[in-house]
This record gives sequence, C-alpha cells and structure tokens, in this order.
Amino acid sequence: MAFSMQINGRTYTVDVDGDTPLLWVLRDLLGMTGTKFGCGQALCGACTVHVDGVATRSCVTPIESVVESQVTTIEALHTVAHGKALQDAWIELEVPQCGYCQSGQLMSAAALLEETPSPTDDDIDNAMWGNVCRCGTYQRIRAAIKRASA
Amino acid sequence: MSNSALGPQLNRRHFLKASVAVGGGLVVNLALGPDFSAAAADFAPNAFIRIDRKGLVTLVMPQVEMGQGIYTAQAMLLAEELEIALDDVKLEHAPLNEALYAHPMLGRQMTGGSTSIRAFWTPLRTAGATARTLLIQAAAKEWNVDPVTCRAEDGFVLDESGTRKLAYGELVDIAALLPVPAPEDVTLKSPEDFKLLGTSAKRLDTPGKINGSLNYGIDAFPDGTKIAAIAISPVLGGKPKSVNEQAALAINGVRQVVLTDEAVAVVGDHTGAAKKGLEAASIEWDDGPNAQVSSADIVRHLEQESQKPGAIARSEGDVTTALAGAAQRIDVVYQLPFLSHAAMEPMNCTVHVREDACELWVGTQNLSAAKLAAVTVTGLEPEKIIINNHIVGGGFGRRLEADGIAHAVKVAMHVDGPVKVIWSREEDIQHGYYRPYYYDRMSGGIDEQGNPVAWMHRVSGSSIFARIAPGAMQNGVDPDGVEGAAHPPYKLPAIQVEFNQVEPQGVLTSWWRGVGPSHNVFMVESFIDELAAAAEADPVEYRKRLLTENPRALRVLELAAEKADWGKPLSARQGRGVAVQFAFGSYLAMIADATVEADGVVRVTRIVTAVDCGLTVNPDTIAAQMEGGALYGLTAALYGAITLKDGRVEQSNFDNYLPLRIDEAPHVETHIIPSAEPPGGIGEVATSAVFPAVTNAIFSATGRRVRTLPVNPADLREA
Repeated sequence: MAFSMQINGRTYTVDVDGDTPLLWVLRDLLGMTGTKFGCGQALCGACTVHVDGVATRSCVTPIESVVESQVTTIEALHTVAHGKALQDAWIELEVPQCGYCQSGQLMSAAALLEETPSPTDDDIDNAMWGNVCRCGTYQRIRAAIKRASA
Repeated sequence: MSNSALGPQLNRRHFLKASVAVGGGLVVNLALGPDFSAAAADFAPNAFIRIDRKGLVTLVMPQVEMGQGIYTAQAMLLAEELEIALDDVKLEHAPLNEALYAHPMLGRQMTGGSTSIRAFWTPLRTAGATARTLLIQAAAKEWNVDPVTCRAEDGFVLDESGTRKLAYGELVDIAALLPVPAPEDVTLKSPEDFKLLGTSAKRLDTPGKINGSLNYGIDAFPDGTKIAAIAISPVLGGKPKSVNEQAALAINGVRQVVLTDEAVAVVGDHTGAAKKGLEAASIEWDDGPNAQVSSADIVRHLEQESQKPGAIARSEGDVTTALAGAAQRIDVVYQLPFLSHAAMEPMNCTVHVREDACELWVGTQNLSAAKLAAVTVTGLEPEKIIINNHIVGGGFGRRLEADGIAHAVKVAMHVDGPVKVIWSREEDIQHGYYRPYYYDRMSGGIDEQGNPVAWMHRVSGSSIFARIAPGAMQNGVDPDGVEGAAHPPYKLPAIQVEFNQVEPQGVLTSWWRGVGPSHNVFMVESFIDELAAAAEADPVEYRKRLLTENPRALRVLELAAEKADWGKPLSARQGRGVAVQFAFGSYLAMIADATVEADGVVRVTRIVTAVDCGLTVNPDTIAAQMEGGALYGLTAALYGAITLKDGRVEQSNFDNYLPLRIDEAPHVETHIIPSAEPPGGIGEVATSAVFPAVTNAIFSATGRRVRTLPVNPADLREA
C-alpha cells in the first residue's frame, strides 16, 4: 500500500508493504544511497538516520512507523545542528578510511551533540557504541566529536 | 575529486585507443599515433594522466581505494612529478585493462599485500615526470628556447627568467604531438626537492564520505536495476533441494526466483521484498559431502598432520643437535582460528548480462579475477566483460576473491536487465574465504646465558598459493605460509622452518589482512618472548641483544620502548607486551598495554608503534593505517573465530562475530623514523604485530601464556 513520509523536508510516497524497512525505501526506491546497509539487525549502525531527531537504525524501522515523522538522512546532515561542524571535524582529522560506516557514525554523533553539546568520553562511548567501524577509526571519531563540540 | 563523474563510456573509448597502441606490460611511454591526439583532444602521454585544454588534470588510479588511502597516495606520486597541486585534480578508477594497469609485482590487475606504493613508486613518478618533461618541451618550443632553461611549477611552465609562463592547458595541443621519451630518459625529482611526498596532504576521497555522496559498488543503480537476495548452500558443496517458489512470488514486489547449482536468489523491486521472498521460499538443502564437517575434526586432523615433518622452507645449522645440547628446551604449540573479513560493505555485485556483453558494477580488489569469473560463467570473450569498479567499503583481502561476482553473474544470466545481488550479513559471514586455521609447533633451546641456540618452527595449515598459483609453491613450501617465519629478525645460530600443507575439509581459505605475517609474527614474537622468559630476561633487552646485526629493527624497538615508557612499573594485573617485525618491506615495533580484569576480560589501553617504512608518501595515512591495522588485528585477537558444526559456520552477524567497539578501542600512537630507504608497505604491518604484542602483555600481566587465539577470558581469571 502507499505510504507518504517526510524525508529531509520533502514529502515522498512509496507503494510497499508496511513492514518494509525504511533503509530499503531510502536506498532502493528513493535513490538516497548515503545511508548504508551493514547488518540488517541493528547491530552495526551503518544505516543510522534521524527520526524526529533521534538516531534510529533504519534497517529495522518499518516504513509504516515513520509516516508521521520527520526523517533526516546523511544527505541532509549539513542542515542539522552540529552537522556541518561534525563534517568539518571529520575532514580536519581525516576520520574516514573505507568510509562505509561513516554516514551512520556522523548521524549518531549529530544526535549525541544535539542532546549533549559537550560530551564526556563516557557520553561518546554510550552514544557511539552501536556504530561499528571495521577500519578502526574510533580514536579519530572520538577526537572529531570533541572538536565539533568545542 | 569527482566520483560521480567516473564516466565509463569516456574511459573505455579513451583506453581502447591507448591499449591498441600498447601491447603489454605496464607502459608509461605510450607512443601516440597521429590520430590519437586528434581523437582524444587531451594530452595523455600515458595511461595515468590526461590534461584537457582547460587545464583539468585527470589522474587514473591503477590501485583500488579500500580505505588505505591509496587514491591520495597515487595522486601524490603523479602530482609531485607533474608539478601540480592536488586541489583540482579529478580521479578516475582504472578500467579493466591488464595491459595498462596490471600490478608490476603481482602481474594482475589487483590490489593487495601492502604492495601498492612499493610497486607504483617508480612507475607513477615516471608517468608524472614524463608528462612534465613534455609540457616543458612544448613551452620551450613555443618560446623557441632550450627546454633546460624552463621549469614546471604548480600547473605552469615558466621560462628562465620567470617572466613568461604558460598554463598546462595551453600547452596540451603542442605537447600531445611531441614524441614521448623513454622512461630512462626522464629525470625524476630528487627526494630533497619533494613538495608533496612526505607531507600529510588531505585525503581526496574524504569529502564524498561525509555526506553520503560517494558511491560504493552497492550504491550503483543502473537504469532498471532489480534487487536479488541470495541464499547460498549453508554447507560448502550443497545444493538446493526444495524451494517454495509460489510462496516467494506471492510476496508484494517479488518478480522472480532464480535457482543456480548452489544458491537460490529471489529477485524483487527492492531489497525488502527480495529478502521477504527469500524467507518465504523456505529453502531446504541437500548438504552434500561436507555435511559432517566440524571444527573439532579439522583441528584434530591438523594436530595429527603437524606431527609429520613438513617441506623445508629454511634450514641453517644443525637444529636437532643444538636442541639436544641446549641448557633449556621449550616445545610449544600455537593455534590460530579461521577468521572472517566482515567488511562493513557486505558482498554485492550488480550485473547486466546482455547478448553481446556482461557489465558489472562492483567494488573489487581484483579486476583480473572478476573478469575471469564473468568469462567463465557467461562464456563470453574477455573483451566483452565491462567492469565499473568502485571505491571499496572494506576489503581486507575478501574482495580479492571473485566468488561473489560469479554468484551474481549466474543469477544475472536468468534476469532481464541489471540485477543487484546483495548478500545479507549472515551470508557474508557464513560464506567466506576464511583466513586459514594454523596449528604450528615450535621448539627452541637456549644456552646457559639464555641465548637461543636452536629454533624450530613447523607451520601446518591451508595453502592459498597451492589453490590460486601452484607455480609459486617452492618444493612444497607455500611462500606465504612461511612469510614472517622463515626469516625472524633475530640472530639465531640454528634454525629450521617447515611447511605442512593441510587442507581443511569443507572450508574455503584465502588472504586476510596481514596474510602470512599476521599468522607467523604471532608465533615468532610469542616464542621469542617465551625464550626471554626462560632466560629470565627483560623482553625488550632480550630482543635488543639478538638484533645487534639488524640496525633498522633495533632502532624501531628502541624508539617504541622509549615512547611506551618500557620499564616503568605497572599496577597489578596490568602488563606491557612487545613485538618486533620486518614485513611488507617495513620495520615495526609495537608495544601494547593491557589490563586483565579479575574475571579474565582483557582491555588493551594503549598501543605505541614505531615504524621505519623508508621514504614516506603521507605520514598521516601511515598513522591511520597503524591505528586501523592494530584495531583490526586486536579485534581478531580478542574475539575472532569462525567455527563449524554439521558443515555450517556457527557465526552469523555482529552479535556473535564480534567487532571491537569504540569503548574498547585503545589509543594508538605512531612514531615514524625518518628514512631514505625505499618505501615499504604499511596497510597490514600493524595487524600482524598486534597479536603477539597483546598476548605478551597478557603474559606480563598474569604470567599466563596465550598460545591459542582468540583470547579466552576463562583461562585468565584471577586465581
């Protein structure tokens, strides 16, 4: 059936089953491929988007659950508070290696700074724990979050 | 850099032209036919550089970017000699063309083994210098002066006084008509004149990685792309027995069910539909001959085979006599598990099989293997295979294998239009080409002073070379199987190293980050630590005394020890461990600090590395590779193990094949020793070294020697 939703400030309508994960709607039907598939089980965070400002794993979020919500993806991160500062810090500190997880890392980091503008190491651990990076960029992620929050 | 502008049509047209003129080998002195420059309208003196009339410089990347920073490093090699800044260059992936882009050391169009800089250091600099030489000649011709009086600088050629200057774009037409000099007639810059090389230039691939705009293979959606979810037989060699096609087709958005010999794919409008359809298909499998395979049996078999003598990789001195006469003798067994690569980008490949061609969209480390896989499945001629390669979302060796491409092409043979075959994370972990299980026996003897008198190392495990390049085997020895074992950095008066090829039933094996050294350095650096302990010597002092004839290794060790505060006291249950290695052309010393909690859980809190990798290209990239390489290995040391039961891999996703997470990540410090030696590799060195650095730290903390990985906290509980 048809579902309409707000993504990055625009309205989109798709015709899929209600249990279809938001991730596949974004990637396969709407062409927003910046949000990545990593595990399909909310275990790695590569698919993180904001649903009403909350960091959310889109791979386990049914499309029918977000019709009333504002979804923000990596493509619009620069429009979110702290988004641009995080992107600048990511470049400044050369955070990404393969880069595949970094959309999710940045979305989680932006949600963290929205909630906690000056996070401690523990705050960073708690907010970023669900975002896996197999290239091992964690120490730069930590430093870049601190830089963006300064 | 423009990633979206990787116009394959343009590339193919251009390089088809070039390849006609070339013939074979890595060619930088491509002779331009008279019609070539007219057709291309660019100045393209070789396969790596194109400059158009507007001055836009396009650099073609022969090696694949998978996070290691090679696109930036290759661009730096070209730009240094070409005398341009990196700001405005455009990068393109090399198309499939082995004549132009084969790796000079590996002979195929592939990226691996920490060889990219070593292999392309001279060819890419020569390519840049060739273009620079021609642009200078073009300007000199324009001004009617001797080229030696002109110089190139930041995209311009200047005359002797510096008053006249011409931008590269203005010289394109003249330069394109000049004869290309032979490589030996091109002068490379002297390292003291480097402006870019040796600096931490910003990575060119970062901007697209922070806003979602960079396309990986999984992001390629040629017009009309359908998505396929795939289930491959859970047991190697098994086949689908029954499939409920009707149930799959009843799912909204499912279009087609495809059966291949060993897999079932459900094709749909989007991944959600395809996955749901695959589940509805309720596949039953005929498990075939490997239905009973278990890890326990594989290890038992290795244990038995490891008792037999292996093929001799190295034998110097009389080890048997030396062992018999030793003041103390130590005999140990080390075991390393099967490992999955678990790159963040799951295996995927988009394929369009047409009547006259097979086009792929994929991120691969190995275009040669990808081509071969497509040729084998389709029966098409090699020149009918088109590969649109992409930046890779994690390789670690997994994308050297083309099995995922073969599976995808098999599915695509049945699909009208392009189809993207995506593996679930479960498929990715359960259908790997795993790092082999190794079962190594080591024996050593020390004299009254504690010095080693005998060193015996027998490697037992799968041989990757025997499968992919049997010609590389040397009298039964797999050179990768003993890399890092045959030549430890230490002075050892009698040494014997053997290789015992033992293939596991029902398991595929392949390269994993760090390859031979990531296996053998664990054994060698654990064992030298055991000898030091037997000699009641400090682990660093003991190594230093055996490195007096190896100055570069000694220097990295001394620097790491100084920076890591070696010798400063630690609290109870804290330990500090060291490892030294020469691998991939680079010297590395690593010191890890670990705390072992009362319940046996190990926390690595700090890692210090000192590296001598010769002349550096980009120091920040070296640091990034030390950080990432160390964490990749640390993850495996603490958690990594693929095990099998009833022929099936028991792990499936990140809840049981655990990745290291941010709260467990130690701070990694990198110290680079300035060097004028030829460049060495850096992408894998820290991965190899971290295994023993950590287990030696655990020994220092607890007195318990970890000889089997991954670390088992139950063995380390406080007594």
